[in-house]
Amino acid sequence: MIKKGSWVQIKKIILNPEDRANNLPEATKKVPLLLWVKGNLLEDANLGDVVKIKTVTGRVEVGELIKLNPSYLHTYGNYIPEIHQIDKILKATLYGSDYDE
Amino acid sequence: MMNNSYKSVMARKNQIMQKSVGINYNQYEFDYIGFDYEALLSEGDFTLEEIRKIQYDNGVGNTPLKECKNITKLVRKVAKPSFGARIFIKDEALNDSGSFKARRASISCYQAKKMGFKGVIAATSGNYGAAVASQAAKYGLKCIIVQECYDSKGVGQPEIIEKARACEAYGAEVVQLSVGPELFYKFLLLLEETGYFNASLYTPYGIMGIETLGQELVEDCLKLTGKIPDMVVCTNAGGGNLTGTARGIKKTTNKKIEIVGASVNLYGLHMADDNDFNKKSFTTGHTGFGLPFIMNPDRSDVPRSAARALRYIDRYVTVNQGEVFFMTEALSVLEGIERGPAGNTSLAAAFSLAKELREDQIIIVQETEYTSAGKHHQAQLAFARENGICIYFGDPKEEIPGKSIVFPKSVDLIRSVDIDLNIIRKKYLQSQFMKTKTLSKKDLNFLIEETNSSLDFVLSEIKKYDITVEDVK
Repeated sequence: MIKKGSWVQIKKIILNPEDRANNLPEATKKVPLLLWVKGNLLEDANLGDVVKIKTVTGRVEVGELIKLNPSYLHTYGNYIPEIHQIDKILKATLYGSDYDE
Repeated sequence: MMNNSYKSVMARKNQIMQKSVGINYNQYEFDYIGFDYEALLSEGDFTLEEIRKIQYDNGVGNTPLKECKNITKLVRKVAKPSFGARIFIKDEALNDSGSFKARRASISCYQAKKMGFKGVIAATSGNYGAAVASQAAKYGLKCIIVQECYDSKGVGQPEIIEKARACEAYGAEVVQLSVGPELFYKFLLLLEETGYFNASLYTPYGIMGIETLGQELVEDCLKLTGKIPDMVVCTNAGGGNLTGTARGIKKTTNKKIEIVGASVNLYGLHMADDNDFNKKSFTTGHTGFGLPFIMNPDRSDVPRSAARALRYIDRYVTVNQGEVFFMTEALSVLEGIERGPAGNTSLAAAFSLAKELREDQIIIVQETEYTSAGKHHQAQLAFARENGICIYFGDPKEEIPGKSIVFPKSVDLIRSVDIDLNIIRKKYLQSQFMKTKTLSKKDLNFLIEETNSSLDFVLSEIKKYDITVEDVK
């Protein structure tokens, strides 16, 4: 059970495929338009329930409860060794090929 | 109860817009297709000095112009003897919120507060979100940012996820959507629901705020070198950056400075395609925005866009994703300035263009943007690799957007590609001629100004269509 007042994220469909704009590419046309937003839960609920939340601007939105305390987990990603190779090209061009010897 | 279906909301678009920007756009319209652009840009009666003051009082502007001495030396390694212009960069990442977009947000938020709005809303997946959120925080305005962020499976562009975090860090509510142009529909609904100010990138406020950047870079360059720059390169997407910068330059000096627009080449990727969304490694500054907006500026979220790049652009070039990432790394390891990739689109173009200019000439790259987890070439390349994009060294001209990212295997292979501006002008005129079959003389002058061309050029295009021009003998 997630307590009323908790900081959560909800997800909802705002346009079903049949209600979407004309002239969309095929891949977009066949899926619904989705919305995600965060706020404080207005009643006790469980993940997957349809709930009401109050956002930081005071708006009320209704949607499926998907996360408690949604976190920022984006990173710099897996290391890309080619970036190190770029450095070598740059420095060899600027300072000469014997730079890192 | 209001009918909130897609069709009904779009049908009341104009009345929602009018209320949310406090500008009566109808008063500027004339004859069949024209409108008084300069009068629109005088909305609010701000002088450039007042705009500077508003910005300097709010953490915006006065960013340093820095000479990229090692990058200039690198250009000269691959340029003809006595060629290779000095490259300077305006370090706009040092504005509060980390990009030149703070300049655009500053006047919108100032105006919203002055007009008594309780909050501001902006539809943006770019740095503009953080800019509006940051400026709104200073004025005690509530703020909602509407982003296109995820594909339908909920996989987000790392760069946009970071921008959402930044908006929330400045206290904004972030409404995130999956791929599709109907973002505009939710944006309209939010404007209607809240009665907030539409801090669109394309109002006159969104453009006049950048004029200070044009003015500062001329002044900074004079201070540092005793000279006026020969060329200014602007990353081009919606056209506002180039428009505002060029206007500011023209208000500061009569000397001709070549204004170059630069976009990342994303040819072949459809911007509204759910599958293509996560195959691109740039979410702004690319041709997917740059080309449609320069050919038809009024496709934006206001009735008349104040961003009209075709009026000011002297040359338009593209660079590839691999070249921009390469130069982002160069800025970091050769100059000691670590910045986000999208803002370096113009740096990659400037590197190529500098080879065409003499050593005593000056090119200014007019922006940088902040970098962070997600919004960094390392993060964006890792995401590309996870999405099956092939990353390798070769000739960047081999790059196929959505399939490969090609780093130059040698520095001389960084070469921007020119887009023929006359083709753009013709496409622009074609889109205008879809709207009317009759033009007044005033409309004709409007089209000459809009395309920065000549009477002969516009008349030769008119001949190809079934257009009647009134009052012309």
